[in-house]
Amino acid sequence: MKTRGIIVRNFSHYYGQVRSLNNINLDVYRHEILGIIGPAKSGKSTFLACLNRLNDLIPGSRVEGKIEVDGQDIYGPDVDVVALRRKLGIVFATPVPLPMTIYENVVFGLRLLGNDERRELDRIVEDSLEKAGLWNEVKDRLHTSALKLSGGQQQRLCLARVLALKPEYILLDEPTSGLDPISTMKIEESLRQLKKDYTIILVTNNTKQAARVADRTAFFLMGELVEIDETHVIFTRPMDKRTEAYLEGKFG
Amino acid sequence: MSLRLKLKPKTEQKIIQVILYSFTSIAVLVLVFILVVILKNGLPQLSLEFLTRNPVDMGREGGILSTIVATIFLTLIALLVATPLGVGTAIFLTEYTTESWITRVIRFGAECLAGIPSIIFGLFGFILFVNKLKFGWSMLSGGLTLAFMVLPTIIRTSEEAIKAVPEAYRLVSFSLGSTRWQMVTRVVLPSALPGIVTGIILSVGRSIGETAAVIFTAGSALRLPTSVFSSARTMSVHFYIMAKEGISMPKAYGTAAVLVISILLINVTTYYLMEKYIRRKK
Repeated sequence: MKTRGIIVRNFSHYYGQVRSLNNINLDVYRHEILGIIGPAKSGKSTFLACLNRLNDLIPGSRVEGKIEVDGQDIYGPDVDVVALRRKLGIVFATPVPLPMTIYENVVFGLRLLGNDERRELDRIVEDSLEKAGLWNEVKDRLHTSALKLSGGQQQRLCLARVLALKPEYILLDEPTSGLDPISTMKIEESLRQLKKDYTIILVTNNTKQAARVADRTAFFLMGELVEIDETHVIFTRPMDKRTEAYLEGKFG
Repeated sequence: MSLRLKLKPKTEQKIIQVILYSFTSIAVLVLVFILVVILKNGLPQLSLEFLTRNPVDMGREGGILSTIVATIFLTLIALLVATPLGVGTAIFLTEYTTESWITRVIRFGAECLAGIPSIIFGLFGFILFVNKLKFGWSMLSGGLTLAFMVLPTIIRTSEEAIKAVPEAYRLVSFSLGSTRWQMVTRVVLPSALPGIVTGIILSVGRSIGETAAVIFTAGSALRLPTSVFSSARTMSVHFYIMAKEGISMPKAYGTAAVLVISILLINVTTYYLMEKYIRRKK
């Protein structure tokens, strides 16, 4: 039986006067990979940022409606935003390792919590890098700068950094858009493995990627959710003409 | 224009290069000139005794120990006050507030402060610290005055350094569950450190070299200072008095040599350390 993790109801988001998301309604089930596809500026990234309230950081950002994560209204009055962001870890389109060692990047979030116990950190570093598929490539140079890694390695490091926080949800914002096919394959492989323990929302402008890894897929267009369904349904018999047109590459 | 047409690009390139090289070398030449004059006249004066003995007979005899001690403490007081104030202001302006008329007023105020002649700072320090707060002519009054004098420099350089930290670092820090303060202390400040330190070093240089503001506030007593409330004479003030009153030119040059060498040493060491710090991060 599928349990609902995230419930989004009548949710809209504004940057100043500009509406970037319009009346979104959708559910995210636990332990699924939900793909979100759509052309640029369709509100996909904004939607992700709203889920862990990173949108708070943008001046003029305003929301209407409701998002519940595990039963908690995340825009409610006494939400611990810091805890929320740990629970919904995010990986951005551009890999941004912090200017410190690989090791320190992975344990960054743990140290914020005051966790400095060496042996435990060592264990978490190995475990997180393993899950992100990076351990074997970096295990001999954990204490060298993360900035020296290749783009693909950096992105897997960013994933490991999120995993180290033991989130419930992983939000990925076009995580492979700047990567080569091999790096992309490695990340997709990690995602399939991670599904067992996490719920994943994958924003991608590469529809084939959604087809390859997502259980369900949502199509966003100009701030609206056009449709959401099982991935094979979306790709074979979409309900909406616009979805079909987008998937056929008539616009992008 | 006609001249340009006659020249071959290669020749033009050569000429420009020569002109620019000479401009650049003027700056270096001035430095070399100052160093040669100061060191040629000052180095013969230097000895262990010069550095470890107090001035005797107004400075005609003896060394400059008390002025070295005064310079170090005055500068330390100035930095201990100005660094937290300046870096704090810079953090406030960049991370804790959005651009508004308030930030513009603060920034404009700091810029104006930077343009005020040091002797006016001396007067301000004299009125506020020496008289009103009754610190008297003392290292405390002098140090505090210097602190406010270098404050704009520290605010300015720190702000620039903090602004240069990529926005993405902040976003990543927040996304990994940091509070704003954690983001500032763990991500922004470490990245901005080289720039901030540069501002502090500039301030050290200005503090060590300042005379006008110091005479008004710290006085010019030649005794070895015993507390922050002692009046004291810094090396710069000592040099000024020795030269101006014609007490002893050789001793004045000796003092100048110590001043110049210490500033050079501070610069070289810091740049070396910063270089190492930056390399470790890359």
